[in-house]
Amino acid sequence: MTHRHVVVVGAGPAGLAAAEAALSAGARVTLIDASDRPGGQYHRMLPEAYDAARPEVLHHGWRAFDRRRRRVLTRPRCAWWSDTSVWALERPDPERPGPPRVHVLHGPVDGGGRRRLTLDPDALVLAVGAHDRVLPFPGWELPGVFTAGAAQALAKGERVVVGDRVVVAGTGPFLLPVAASLLEAGSRVLEVLEANTRGTVARGWSRRPWQLAAQAGKSGELAEYAALLIRHRVPCRTGRTVIEARGDGRVEEVVTARLRADWSAVPGSERTVAVDAVCVTHGFSPQLELPVAAGCALRTSPGGEFVEVDADQATSVPGVYSAGEITGIAGAPAARAEGALAGWLAAGGDPRASALRPLRRGRDQGRAFAARLARAHPIGAAWSGWLRPETVICRCEEADYASLCRAATRPESASARVAKLETRAGLGPCQARICGPTVAELNTRLSGAPVEPPAEGLPAPVPHRRPIAQPIRLGELAAPSEPAADGSAPRHL
Amino acid sequence: MSPRRVRAGSDAVGRQDRPLRITVDGEPVDGIAGQTIAGVLLADDRLAWRRGRSGAPRGVFCGIGVCFDCLVTVGEERDVRACRRRALDGDVVTTQSRQDAEPAPGTEER
Repeated sequence: MTHRHVVVVGAGPAGLAAAEAALSAGARVTLIDASDRPGGQYHRMLPEAYDAARPEVLHHGWRAFDRRRRRVLTRPRCAWWSDTSVWALERPDPERPGPPRVHVLHGPVDGGGRRRLTLDPDALVLAVGAHDRVLPFPGWELPGVFTAGAAQALAKGERVVVGDRVVVAGTGPFLLPVAASLLEAGSRVLEVLEANTRGTVARGWSRRPWQLAAQAGKSGELAEYAALLIRHRVPCRTGRTVIEARGDGRVEEVVTARLRADWSAVPGSERTVAVDAVCVTHGFSPQLELPVAAGCALRTSPGGEFVEVDADQATSVPGVYSAGEITGIAGAPAARAEGALAGWLAAGGDPRASALRPLRRGRDQGRAFAARLARAHPIGAAWSGWLRPETVICRCEEADYASLCRAATRPESASARVAKLETRAGLGPCQARICGPTVAELNTRLSGAPVEPPAEGLPAPVPHRRPIAQPIRLGELAAPSEPAADGSAPRHL
Repeated sequence: MSPRRVRAGSDAVGRQDRPLRITVDGEPVDGIAGQTIAGVLLADDRLAWRRGRSGAPRGVFCGIGVCFDCLVTVGEERDVRACRRRALDGDVVTTQSRQDAEPAPGTEER
């Protein structure tokens, strides 16, 4: 029994596994999630009020998940803080090693009178997940253009389908479950378009096939979705994507085009398809503001930036562990293995325990799977050929491609910071969560100056620095926070 | 046709609907308990309810609280993410616009 206090942020596959392992190692656990139910995006549960008799029909691995969530949430040493957002991680003394202080708000989403609490854990596990990355294209800001994740969340989480004639497009295996969800809910899926060519996908996946066998659970799941699409006669095409959405006030049609391996559109291959919704994903962006606020080092991989972890899922900050999609996009089985390792070790469990061996193996297989995924479904460099001068790049501020080009190619505004102030790209309510990686990529390409020295008197610009990680109202900020110290911490919120 | 809710009678999950009613800019809109405000609006065939800086219509984009496209006012509270806030019977929802609003609404609070 270790009696350490471990705070786990995120109750998806990784966070739930972390909480369970930390409890097994004897720790006291506070499990925090912004949602009112555990599961994260992968196991997004129906609302309790739906009183669903057969929730399992919408889930892969429902029974194991259901057992685990009951086991974890009913343990006396586990405090389950649902409807709780972490709005800041504070390092009162950056020189002092150890996890940061955790500031949370509990109450209705974006509500005005939420309870403000702080936690000072012995160890912190960050398992906050990822969201869709969507590249801009003309018309992507029209109502009726959804991220694939939105369509999935609405269908799975509240039984709302986004349309009746839907095209699902982008890249990655996530296209399949999204199309399957739409079909299950009664939509007509006109086609599923994988932007990468058959050659890119085949080369990426089939290199070292034995690694794939290790992820048999994942490939079996994907095979089921593929079979469903065949049953519904949904055409799945590779090397084609949506390059434009059109309509008067809402999407009415999309233009698709054949793509070369670098994602340049083949002239003359355009087709127009009448739709009432289109669902798009070009991979996932890990939610990095909390790891960055905690001071965790990041690593850059072909798939983007992720939290750097060692063989024990420990980040560069002592006492801070990380698991799931923020360490690499590898799917739920890998997230569960990483979470269990992180939770056990964060709780001070024996690193030589024999139960860790299969977890480490699962984690390593997950990392190999992630590398293959990134190779099979890269973003082609020529995607920006779809853009027109008037194409919106930053949805919040409606900054267009022409303004970005102007700012990036003028020497006085070529630095990312100045370009941002001039175009306002990335300064809107979403705080660059959607356009950030795109603007950084375009700016680098257009100005030809990737590395930028910090301006005098200012910290170096870090794209994921959002000191206020979630919106907090002034009234809430002004209210005193309740310290949730040992013993006085509310069991469940 | 457009967004809609799967009919309870044919829904494989076997759910029990408890109706609720909210108002949107004064108009009554019916939904069911457990839905988000965005879900209620979509199922009522409303695809867009907010206006951006140029006046362009916006509704749900990311659906999981990341993009802030779907912001609404609930009672006196501005800038509530409709895709994440569960609707409560009697909620008074007002739509928002960023047109002619400088500085951007809510940004001083973030």
